[in-house]
Order: sequence, then C-alpha cells, then structure tokens
Amino acid sequence: MALTAQRTLFEKIWDAHRVETLPGGPDVLAIDLHLLHEMTSPEAFDELDRRGLSVRHPGHSLAVMDHVVPTLPGEDAWTDFARGMAHDLRAHCARFGVPLLPFGDARQGIVHVIGPELGLTLPGSTVVCGDSHTSTHGALGAVAFGIGTSQVGHVLAEQALLADRPKTMRVRLTGTLGHGATGKDVALALISRHGNQFGAGYAVEYGGAVVEAMSVEQRMTLCNMSIEFGARMGLIAPDARTVEYVAARPFRPVGADWDAAVAEWNELHTDEGAAFDREITLDVNGLTPYVTWGTNPAHAIPLDGAVPDPDSLPTEAARESAHRALIYMDLAPGTPVREIAVDAAFIGSCTNGRIEDLRAAAEVLRGRRVAPGVRALVAPGSTAVRREAEHEGLDEVFRAAGFEWRGSGCSLCVAGNGDILPPGARAASSTNRNFEGRQGTGARTHLMSPACVAASAVAGHLAGPGDLA
Amino acid sequence: MRPVVIAPTPVVEGVAVPFDYANVDTDAIFPVSADEIARREGFGRALFARWREADPGFVLERPRYAGASILVAGPDFGVGSSRESAVWALTGAGFRAVIAPSFGDIFRSNCARNRLLAATLDSAACAELREELSARPGARVSIAVSEGRLTGPSGRVFEVGVGEFARACLVDGIDEYDLLARRRARIEEVLARREHLLRPTTRVARPEPSGEHG
Repeated sequence: MALTAQRTLFEKIWDAHRVETLPGGPDVLAIDLHLLHEMTSPEAFDELDRRGLSVRHPGHSLAVMDHVVPTLPGEDAWTDFARGMAHDLRAHCARFGVPLLPFGDARQGIVHVIGPELGLTLPGSTVVCGDSHTSTHGALGAVAFGIGTSQVGHVLAEQALLADRPKTMRVRLTGTLGHGATGKDVALALISRHGNQFGAGYAVEYGGAVVEAMSVEQRMTLCNMSIEFGARMGLIAPDARTVEYVAARPFRPVGADWDAAVAEWNELHTDEGAAFDREITLDVNGLTPYVTWGTNPAHAIPLDGAVPDPDSLPTEAARESAHRALIYMDLAPGTPVREIAVDAAFIGSCTNGRIEDLRAAAEVLRGRRVAPGVRALVAPGSTAVRREAEHEGLDEVFRAAGFEWRGSGCSLCVAGNGDILPPGARAASSTNRNFEGRQGTGARTHLMSPACVAASAVAGHLAGPGDLA
Repeated sequence: MRPVVIAPTPVVEGVAVPFDYANVDTDAIFPVSADEIARREGFGRALFARWREADPGFVLERPRYAGASILVAGPDFGVGSSRESAVWALTGAGFRAVIAPSFGDIFRSNCARNRLLAATLDSAACAELREELSARPGARVSIAVSEGRLTGPSGRVFEVGVGEFARACLVDGIDEYDLLARRRARIEEVLARREHLLRPTTRVARPEPSGEHG
C-alpha cells in the first residue's frame, strides 16, 4: 500500500477538517468561517436562547445584512419586514458577540461577494452560510456550501456540523470560449447539457484550460452556479491568480502567517492520478452567450437559438417541467430568442454583481440608451464594488444609459427588500434563478451574463452586445 | 413564529396527496413574498402560496386532501435554496412525509433535521403510487421508517429510501447539539491547527461607518 495516496482537492480540504465519521452516517466537520445574514439566522439564535447556549467562536463568524436591505437611500425605503429583520440581526449579534457588518458599513455587501473581497474566504478552508450560493467561495479553493437554519445554530454553538461526505466529480472545460462568452455562459451551457440535478450528491471540481484562463471573479460566477447544477459545492484549485487575488485583500493573513498560508495553498490541488467518482468533459470551444427560456437554469440555450418544443425533450419529467415553464413564461415553441421583448433589466447578485461584471455591462452601455419602456436597475454586489465603480465613473455610464444606480444587496435576485417586478414583467437578469415568481409574483426571468443583460436593455429584446448597432 | 416541532416516531401515516409536478423548487414551496406573513402567522400559511392563489383547483385546495400529511411528488422535489422555511411550510401545514424519486440536496438535509421524512421511491413506482392515489382521492398511506416500507392504498408495498441519518433523526430523535458538544475537544483540536489563518474575522468587527447608501 502506498504511503501517500493520491487525493483530490476536495478530499485534502475535507479530511483536514473532518473530526470524526459517525457509524453509517455523516462526518463531523469543523468550520473555519461561518457567514450569516438576516434572513436565515433568527430561528438559529432563538434555538441557542432556548438551550441557554452561547456562540463558541464568534471570531470564526461574520454577519452581514444583504437579503432584505433597501437599495435606495432614506428611511422610507425600508419595508417593515426588512426593518424587523435588520433589528433582530443587530440585536442577536450584539447579544451573542458575533461581528456584524450592518447596513451603512463601508464593507457591507452580499455575503458571497464580501467574503472573498475582504480576504476572509481563504483557500483550503471550510466555509458555510445559510444560503445555497455559498458554493461561490469554492472559486478560491475552499470547501464551501449552503446550510439550513438548524445547522446555522449548530455551527454557532460548536463551530462544527454533521455533513454527508459528498462524492467527487471533476468537470473539465476544454477549448477556448467564443467572443462574448463568460463564466455565466459556461455554467448555463453545462447545466442545460446535463440537467439541474446532475451534480446532486457531488462536490464538483472545475478544471481545464478554460478555468485556468478565467479571472477569479469569473470562477466565482461558475462556482456560484454549482447549486443550479444540483451540487452543494463547486471548487477550483488555487493558482497564481488566486494568490494574487487574496494578496490584495484587507483582512488576509499577514507576515509569517501569510507565508505559511501560501506554502499550504501551493499543495492544494488534485494529485496526478487521484480518482473521482465521476468525470465529465465539456468542450466549450467557440461557446457563444447563453440565455434561459424557462423556469429552471437547465432551460438554457444559445442566444442564437429558439425556444424548444417541450415534446422534443427526452424524459416525461423534463417535458412536464418544460410545458409548465412555457405557460408561465408565455412563450411559444420555435420563437427565436432574439424576438422575445423585455421590459426590465437587472444587473447584480452574488452571481454577477462584482466589479468585472459592472465593467462589462458599462462597456456595452457607453454612449447608448435603454430602450423606451424598459426599467433597468444595477445593484452592485457590495458597497466596495459600488465605490470602485463610482471611482471608475461607471455609475455615470449606467445613469446616462437610463439605469437606476442602486445600493448594494440581493435586491431583485431574491425580491425580498421591496425591489420587485410587477406580474407579467419580463426581465433580462444577471442573477442565478429563473424560478417562477423569483423576481415577483408572475414576473418572468431570463438569466444572462451582465453584458447581455445590458445589451437586452438597450435593444428592448433579448440580445447580445454584437446585436447593437 | 416558531417552526412546528415534530416528535420522533417510527411510523408516518395519513392521507397522501398525488402531487404530479417535477422539479418543484423551494421558491414555489415557500415564496419569499410570503415570509412576512409566515413569520407572523405560521409557516404553513406560506406553503405553495402562489400556486394556491393562482389556481383555485390546485390539488392541495381540494377538500378530499384536507388534513393530508404525505406528499407524493415527481422527481427533483425541493431544488434550489437552503432556506429551511420551505421545510417549515410543509411541517406547518401538517405534512410529515414527502415521497419523490429525488430531492434537492440541502432541502433533504433540512427535512431530516425537522423530522419531515423525505424518502426516495424509484420513478416508475412513484408514478404508479400517484396513480393509485389519484384513483382514490383521500386514501391513506403508511410508512414504516426504519424498514423503509411504504404501504399504499391498495395494500401494495413499496420500498422507499430513507437514509441512515434521517432514520436516526426521525426514529431515535438524535440531538445534534448534544452530539457535537460531546466532540467539542476534538473539534477544538482541528480548529486550533487553523487559527493562524482565521484571526482576521475578529478584526472586521470594528465598524467602518462610511458606506451610507445614497
């Protein structure tokens, strides 16, 4: 037997945090970083109260307000619901000693944007949060996954949780992306090819030339969408780009701790010959921008395509879901995607609300105007992203084009803060979920990259930057 | 309002609803727009709120299914969000089990922690069970959790997948707080090895109040 078995990236991180494997059941896993937000934490703190427990490691936790906070200034922008949630989070954090970035703090933002941005999310660490898009943090080479509120309570109390060890899947992305294709398009292509539950039960490691060529922010978009592929976590081995990204972050380790960390990260890759439970390759050579037509992220096609006929789909479940989707989306099979008119556009979210996303959208909007009748919004992923964009003059570009320049938060991605679309509205959106009612009861969502959302806002129908005169 | 707490039990029994939908996402089960009313008046109020509102003939609105406690659904039930409110909506409305060919990962994990049985049944058998239930609206079903055995309305027995951890949650009523607390020393050992990387978190605690929206 070899003394050093080859291991995958996932196995190295998981095993370093595994406390114990329970007989026939889950592992006890120690958690390095626990991120909290106002929407999924109240009942967890209540449970600690009921049990008379304290927060064991407040220094491993950070709370932020993002899900229901307003993106407009002034007291009137707060819904009663949001005010209550914000009050509860502030009170809980104060009483339990959990560090909080409240609304109004310069470092506030969407939880999955600020973790990496502040240098809290580190390669090789375990990160959990009561939010399924915690998979985002895996882009830095972390084991990061969403948990329910019960487990938020467990992590507060013991800085550990019970978790089934997932199987491992490698997704190799080969080729060279076509013009205008981004991490978002790769994710939509992958999910539409294999289905929105293909990754269920797996930790997905993305690799290959396409991933190596991606910026860290693009990698975050890809890992973010892992949950829409059914996988609780997606991860990417840290490389020179990752180290460079983390090195620029305010709260990264410093001095000797930094040197030790970088030395450790250099070992954080899947060993040559390590076995995955499943390996797939997706050739994305020449990939062009994608867009969704239905009500789950697997309902995606190239922008050059047409709405498919549900009856042409391979399984009864897929046909049922597609039929229901087309009724909700008010679309007919065979409609060319570019003929679908939009009346709203949204740029933001933990998927595509970072500075590179805003730059890409602004590039399209420079010297152009949003089409008449289209309501367009941009909510930067964090207050720091907003400040940086303003420093670069992007806010002026968005405003001049007719976009509303908002504060940071989840905003129209989850429609829990008062930013909401009216029934029947059809949006081009840089978010992650096109579920029924996600952006408002009866509202219809088409997922796209930020540049394509900007182009659609200008064209007044689903479009890419290349379609604009 | 506090989520409904279900006592451990080896058997789940009750009226079963044939729920002929595939790929039901958590936002359909529990719309965010219903969160406010749910927290005030109980999570059950929010269950499929939009679908109930949009369709008066929606299956859960039919009198024959009043008091139902078992949902028999299509594949990929509960995909999407980690919001446990999707589970609380089901338990709040009186559901004790969901049977489906497959589930969203996080949703299923949340089910076990609320003692809502989320058991798998192969796709063809699940479709047959739904047909049996559609033919006899209001019929009852019984599930022996440890044995993973579901007895349908016609007496036909189906093997369902429960999972060892879910079984322990539902039948033994294990307490994860207690289980983790008993391993505290070993958890601390693992964390101590990583402490040098994690000190930054507490430094963030100092407020930096210059990010006013506006």
